[in-house]
Amino acid sequence: MRERFIAFFSGLGHPFTGALIKLGFATRFFLALLRHSPMAFIRFRLTIREIWFAGVLSVLIIAVSGLFIGMVLALQGYDTLVRFGASSSLGILVALSLVRELGPVVGALLFASRAGSAITAEIGLMKAAEQLSAMEMMAVNPMARVIAPRFWGGVISMPLLAAMFSVMGIFGGYLVGVQLLGLDPGNFWSQMQGTVDLRFDVMNGVIKSVFFGIAVSLIAVFEGFDAPPTPEGVSGATTRTVVTSALVILGLDVILTAFMFRGI
Amino acid sequence: MSTPLVQLDQVRFGYGDHDILSDLSLTVQRGQVVAIMGGSGSGKTTLLRLIGGQLRARAGRVLVDGADVGGMNETALYDMRRKLGMLFQFGALFTDLSVFDNVAFPLRERAKLPESIIRDLVLMKLHAVGLRGAANLMPFELSGGMARRVALARAIALDPMLMLYDEPFTGLDPISLATIGQLIRELNDALGAASIVVTHDVAESLSLVDYVYFMADGKVIAQGTPDEVRASDHPFVKQFINGEPDGPLPFHKPAAPYAQELGLEIVRA
Repeated sequence: MRERFIAFFSGLGHPFTGALIKLGFATRFFLALLRHSPMAFIRFRLTIREIWFAGVLSVLIIAVSGLFIGMVLALQGYDTLVRFGASSSLGILVALSLVRELGPVVGALLFASRAGSAITAEIGLMKAAEQLSAMEMMAVNPMARVIAPRFWGGVISMPLLAAMFSVMGIFGGYLVGVQLLGLDPGNFWSQMQGTVDLRFDVMNGVIKSVFFGIAVSLIAVFEGFDAPPTPEGVSGATTRTVVTSALVILGLDVILTAFMFRGI
Repeated sequence: MSTPLVQLDQVRFGYGDHDILSDLSLTVQRGQVVAIMGGSGSGKTTLLRLIGGQLRARAGRVLVDGADVGGMNETALYDMRRKLGMLFQFGALFTDLSVFDNVAFPLRERAKLPESIIRDLVLMKLHAVGLRGAANLMPFELSGGMARRVALARAIALDPMLMLYDEPFTGLDPISLATIGQLIRELNDALGAASIVVTHDVAESLSLVDYVYFMADGKVIAQGTPDEVRASDHPFVKQFINGEPDGPLPFHKPAAPYAQELGLEIVRA
């Protein structure tokens, strides 16, 4: 009885220390990744291949989702704005929502589930099949050859995908606002152009998506690298990539938004 | 005599409280093919990973070509691995690359050669393992034995000074088995290299190697040339060579008495 009592209390801190150890390991992993990053740029073809897999193959889901989100924004926004007689500001509402928030955030969430999970599963399975180990024994560092190109491919893809998401969203807003609800197109576009600021709105959105790109890509490659080399291990790691990415994206978004837009 | 290519000196290794290898010492001279034999779980694969520097010994020294692997930093370790070739038990081919690109991988990554020379080298290595005709296949199209032969071609692509083989004979048909055995010997002699073959295929290895170490419970318990081993009356060696179920090497992992676990026997408090 006494032993169980002691075991219970001495085990209380385990989830915390376990998480701390993993965080420490992830930090060292990130530093090693940065140290081995030059090759991802010297042999840029390796990174281009990953941009294809993570970025180009995500274009369809990003574009379609962006279009739908923009359409919904316009429908919902019109419904509210028209009550205040401000329906001509619909373009501003759609563009600002997308460029500041939804483009980077929803784009990153989709990116994490489409590309992040794939990266984790691929690296985890390479590890399980001893491919990473074989590479090490061939004196080829998997950090430089496998991990770094995937990481940078994700980091480069993310802002481009977020931008694409916003553009498609604005187009969706235009379709609904102008084509369906009959707003004046000149008004729609000129109000948007007059209000959306390149540095303040667009750049801050891009900065967000760069942060999200780094976070999602790091989580994806780390979870793959850290996955236990078993089917359950890889499946658990893939799940963790999506869940952790989502939480980190939304948490980071709060912090970044607080820094960027606190004056308003 | 020159310095041995590989020397393990009182090496101890384990996870947690459990030691997998304890006080293991062995020597591999240049030009030798050495077999490491032992039952499953006797720490043979661990031994190869210690030599390759993927694991670090808790105590003792692992010397490759005179340099201590345990004390190397990352750069030195990767320089040392340039001298190694390793054949993994299941091949560990890169599944996203074709057979040709797999064998070309170390050449492209580590040697700055024109593509035409790489092509010739790859075809030569594939020819040596009899799979030149499979150059354009993907790894998933190969049988287990073929994958291992491709992995062998990849491991020897840069003519390493030291070859490590992890169970090279498991799952091969008799023809491939004899061919691979012959190939291991020929490669070793042609390159003046040394080879360490981890195996439990007794018949094939004894006809092939210069020296045999027997491992059990993380220790070397017997060693000798193939002739010495065949003539040995060491109970473990006799059991292993003749494949007897009873002897010093138990078939059963230690457990509670069988009848008791099945509930057929009343345990007295």
